[in-house]
Amino acid sequence: MSNAVTELNKTQTKERNWLKYLWEQYSVLFALIVLIIFASILSEHFLSITNITNVLRQVSIVGILSLGMTFVIILGGIDLSVGSVLAMSGTVVMASQVTYSTSIPVSIVLGLMCGLIIGLINGLMVTYGKITAFIATLAMMTIARSIALFYADAGAISGLNSTYAKIGNAYVFGIPIPVIIFVIMVFLSYIVLEKTVYGRHVYAVGGNAQAARLSAISVFRVTIISYMICGFTAAVGSIIETSRLNSISTSTSGNMYELDAIAAVIIGGASLSGGRGRILGTLFGVLILGVLSNTMNLLNISPYLQGVVKGLIIVAAVLLQKRD
Amino acid sequence: MVLEMIGINKGFFNVKALNNVSLNLQKGEVHALVGENGAGKSTLMKILAGIYQPDEGEIRLNGKQVILSSPNVSQNYGISIIHQELNLIPNMTVAENIFLGREPKKLGLFSNIHHMNRETKKLLERFDLNLDPNAIVSSLSIGEQQIVEIAKAMSRNAEILIMDEPTAVLEEREVQKLFDLIYQFKNQGVSIIYISHRLNELKRFCDRLTVLRDGQFVKTLPMEGLTEKEIANLMVGRELNELYPAIRNTIGEEILRVESLTRKPNFEDVSFSVKRGEIIGFAGLIGAGRTELVRTIFGDWRPDGGAIFWKGKKTDFRSPEDAVKAGIGFATEDRKHTGLFLDMSVSQNISVTCTRKVSKWHFIRKQVEGKLVQRNIEQLNVKVNKITNPVKNLSGGNQQKVVLAKWMAAESELFILDEPTRGIDVGAKGEIYELISQLAAEGKAVIIISSDLPELLGICNRILVMYRGQIKGELDHSIANEQNVMVLAAGV
Repeated sequence: MSNAVTELNKTQTKERNWLKYLWEQYSVLFALIVLIIFASILSEHFLSITNITNVLRQVSIVGILSLGMTFVIILGGIDLSVGSVLAMSGTVVMASQVTYSTSIPVSIVLGLMCGLIIGLINGLMVTYGKITAFIATLAMMTIARSIALFYADAGAISGLNSTYAKIGNAYVFGIPIPVIIFVIMVFLSYIVLEKTVYGRHVYAVGGNAQAARLSAISVFRVTIISYMICGFTAAVGSIIETSRLNSISTSTSGNMYELDAIAAVIIGGASLSGGRGRILGTLFGVLILGVLSNTMNLLNISPYLQGVVKGLIIVAAVLLQKRD
Repeated sequence: MVLEMIGINKGFFNVKALNNVSLNLQKGEVHALVGENGAGKSTLMKILAGIYQPDEGEIRLNGKQVILSSPNVSQNYGISIIHQELNLIPNMTVAENIFLGREPKKLGLFSNIHHMNRETKKLLERFDLNLDPNAIVSSLSIGEQQIVEIAKAMSRNAEILIMDEPTAVLEEREVQKLFDLIYQFKNQGVSIIYISHRLNELKRFCDRLTVLRDGQFVKTLPMEGLTEKEIANLMVGRELNELYPAIRNTIGEEILRVESLTRKPNFEDVSFSVKRGEIIGFAGLIGAGRTELVRTIFGDWRPDGGAIFWKGKKTDFRSPEDAVKAGIGFATEDRKHTGLFLDMSVSQNISVTCTRKVSKWHFIRKQVEGKLVQRNIEQLNVKVNKITNPVKNLSGGNQQKVVLAKWMAAESELFILDEPTRGIDVGAKGEIYELISQLAAEGKAVIIISSDLPELLGICNRILVMYRGQIKGELDHSIANEQNVMVLAAGV
């Protein structure tokens, strides 16, 4: 093909097809917009600043977990342990503050380390241990939860330092800090997944691990890093979770978060068989779930019925994305 | 006329796989169906087996028009196909495999093993086959397994038997047995459609021959009096020699040497070397250990013994990563499963081996990447609208070019190409041969594994022939021909 033709193609595509591109890559965005329109018609409170801030703060924790989950799912894996890792990292943070009187930054670093190490172990089990991701992280899910429960006798650990609670409760320029952390994490994840060589390799390994290996990609390294990122995001989630109430409940914190995170990633267009998924897709998936439950709350729909709607949305999202 | 296929058309997406193809078959006839890879033979046979539906055209059995809407319907009409890859369940017995899906029942519920074994025995005896109905299939040799597959077809009272490259995996002794079997079927009035690339085989027992080329019907003619060369020319549609570029003899220093490399049970005591500017070919039957050998050289598998020397220095590639860094590129035999990332773009598929070159601080520079990819696809004449399109939308030939482009972008110095032209059309084949020759001219070394013998004879400086994991001989292109290569490949 001649250069001239290629150039012509390029300019044409740029001008005409960006809507089509959005539709192909992020059809879930349109679903989100439709949902928001419906929500604002059904409830006058929906579009108020307070409510929107609320929605964003509510989704921030699961949202952050979903970002790490996106890496692992694109890789063709899954991480069922994130909810438990959140509880365990939270326990590490609170315990180091309360029992060992560490400073807040040190406790946070310890919590994040905890997430990274568990991610590393998950990655090692999947690569060197050749254990299916589902099984390996299922085991880690029960182990991490159990360690947290054992440490606190299934109870809660409450913090003494009220400064720590600011992370979860304070505002900067009217924006809740958890939302700011979420936005920063979205941005970082986007950069890492879409712009770096490592991110490219995540897609390659998830799309075809054999071909990746034969193309000189270190499948083990990419896999381990991805599980570490996932563990890390769970730990970041735990910081927000614990600081909200300045306390960690070892029996309930993080319960079922892994399933919400997986749901968000899937709604966002990722494929469980790997190779497909986008960070922005996941963001929209998170927002869809958040807006949905918020709207139902505003409309006084029984919380027990919300699961039905959520389930239907997941099925609908997957069916819609089966187009090709 | 047992079977008439008239004016069959079939397209996949925008590619026309069959264009107005006709085929007729007489009772008790062995009919050869030949054509290059991608000529449409398999598609035509899959239509006959009820796997694909034709877009247009008519199929008549014994003069009556039929619609073969599914494999089941086709089988009920007495059409059986024996695929190249056998479809047996390895841990079941011979009898269980033969009666799979229609086991004789006791009281309509329990399977009647005795009856099944008795029937199987009768069937096997009818064709003078010495097999135990109770034997587990995985314990049989490939040849025996194929006989089970044939017996399975015959137990359904097949009137038309389609055999797709049945001898590709067989040893000479088993090949003879298969031919005897075919004679028997013929005498019992069964019509056989026989697909094979081994032209000398066809002469031995085929009555007529139909040639397909690029999805088009070329000719049906009696086998009698045809020479192999005439058949080959009909298949290719021009004088064979034009397909291949001239073989160069400007050979440089040695780049890779392998000494007594062993990986049991795949291959043993393999030694050879390849020099810059040289194209060497590995011939041999399926299972001779060629793919395993190159995978071991590439660091994908570990050898048991022996040594690999890269540019004169002893090396130990612990993973493909090491081999690629050293300058080896490996295009696998199965581009869809081990070569390409089908969901990813053309551009990403090409730059995957040289991400270092198109990135800075681990960040990919889209423009640098785009330029590099553009340069490579222009050089290879890859037909693609946009380099950001997914590679799965390309034709087989263009996909293969993307695989080659990926290794060219990596600036490999040794190209290992496993079945580089499998399943691609003649036009693209010629381009790929041209490209391989060009690589050699630039001082790169090329190793080609191919089951397409004329291809090896056409482009290689030397041909090494493997048989059961060992190199049986080495033939310079000046003396190599189909006969002497086949003799070595068959181990006789």
